[in-house]
Amino acid sequence: MTAGTAALERAALQPAALEFRRLGKSYLPGHPVLHEIDLAIQGQGLTAIIGPSGTGKSTLIRCVNRLVEPSSGQILLDGEDLTALRGRALRLARRRIGMVFQEYNLVERLTVIENLLCGRLGYVGAVAAWLRRFPQTDIDRAFELLDAVGLSAFAKTRADSLSGGQRQRVGIARALMQQPRLLLADEPTSSLDPKTSVEIMGLMQGLCEARGIPVIVNMHDVELAKRFASRIIGMSGGRVVFDGAPAALTDEHLKQIYGGEGWLE
Amino acid sequence: MSAPGSTAPAPGASRAAFSPNWLGRAGWLALLLYCIYAASLLDVTWSRFVIGLDQGAKFLDRMFPPNFSRWEAVLKGMKESLEISVLASVAGILISLPIGVMAARNLMPGWVSWPARALIAVCRTFHPVIVAIIFVKAVGFGALAGILALVIASIGFIGKLFAEAIEEISLKQVEAVRATGASFMNVILFGVLPQVFPRFIGFSTYQFDSNVRNSTMVGIVGAGGIGAPLFVAFQRFDYDVVCAILLAIIAVVFCCEILSNQVKKVFGEQRVAASG
Repeated sequence: MTAGTAALERAALQPAALEFRRLGKSYLPGHPVLHEIDLAIQGQGLTAIIGPSGTGKSTLIRCVNRLVEPSSGQILLDGEDLTALRGRALRLARRRIGMVFQEYNLVERLTVIENLLCGRLGYVGAVAAWLRRFPQTDIDRAFELLDAVGLSAFAKTRADSLSGGQRQRVGIARALMQQPRLLLADEPTSSLDPKTSVEIMGLMQGLCEARGIPVIVNMHDVELAKRFASRIIGMSGGRVVFDGAPAALTDEHLKQIYGGEGWLE
Repeated sequence: MSAPGSTAPAPGASRAAFSPNWLGRAGWLALLLYCIYAASLLDVTWSRFVIGLDQGAKFLDRMFPPNFSRWEAVLKGMKESLEISVLASVAGILISLPIGVMAARNLMPGWVSWPARALIAVCRTFHPVIVAIIFVKAVGFGALAGILALVIASIGFIGKLFAEAIEEISLKQVEAVRATGASFMNVILFGVLPQVFPRFIGFSTYQFDSNVRNSTMVGIVGAGGIGAPLFVAFQRFDYDVVCAILLAIIAVVFCCEILSNQVKKVFGEQRVAASG
């Protein structure tokens, strides 16, 4: 056994550790969206990133699984620098990072169970995937997760006939199919009504806590963040301006994050 | 008389809501003049048309009743045409799948998509008959030349439309599949193909219909199929045999269109599952 795999196995016993080191991103040269972000997220629990639209929250979490290419700095997951990975190594890293999207991003023409099994595509070869020959353990896990998110009756329903809340449940189950070390959620409730938003946040928090998976969620809704998060990170203008427990988040902080104060009362 | 301080024209002078498009009018006039010139040059006149009608009546008279006495040759030619079109369609569809994916600019970098697009453009440049002539010269008379010609035509058509269909897909679904760590092939299989499969079936069945029609024609230049006996019958002025062959072609094309519609019903709105 090499030193590298030994380190990975040791890490697997502990909750994941994610660290941003001086992470910067500019879509246009000279117009940075993220200014040298330094953050460490260790252990389980739900971390909420709040901040106004266009402040780089989405960019920040998309840099983790490299759906967006960082311009500078490093992101370490269990000590491995994700920004340096290419090709196969990047795909192997992505397998360990689940992601939930604002618009669910389900494959519309596939069934619910096929969408769940998409979460295993990092482990299955192309021929087996084409013939839908997934290992029985994957299929069993898919049905277990379907039970857990309350959609057992919809296994063979096509994703495009589900409601928004149902779709996001499928999105969460798909991400958990990966058995990820870390779950990223990019505004998972922004397209949902308030009641469904609470249900989805509760479901995501509960399932991940039971599995010891840390969750990083981008969101707009401050009250929802306070209710479910164990830690809140406030961003403004591409910088972290608040980092602490929900109880420590005051109106002063919110003014600093969102600017102005008329909207507070 | 005009209102003070206004730039309105004097009373009586009307203001135009539409400015004249002189360039457009000149274009229409030029087209009209060219049509008259071309018609005069090619002897397209009413008297010539009347002579043609007379000839046409004699031709139609000699076509009926259709002569099926050489039915064995017609059947053999028709079978060969059908074989050419099925083989060319299968090969053309299979080849145009990867080429279409490679030509999609939203999935592929420029150095992959441009050569693929160039290949498709070359395949579309020439009419199948010209391609058939080239292949008859290259590989000799017979069905092989016809099959190759129609494979080229299929790649040109399906490849282009398939690439365009892929360029219109939702990249959100692709992004989600990519985020799971799926390999490129798995991203294509689960993120891309489900979105375009029904349209791909549509293009393929359309091209099959088109190949059936074209397969009856490539024989005229010696590339196999019913076209050869048809051409010979024309040359011998056996118009009743011509009529029999044309009726056979109509029957086959009609049957194939019914078959295509059935294929579309079965596969068109279904997913790519191999199990079906």
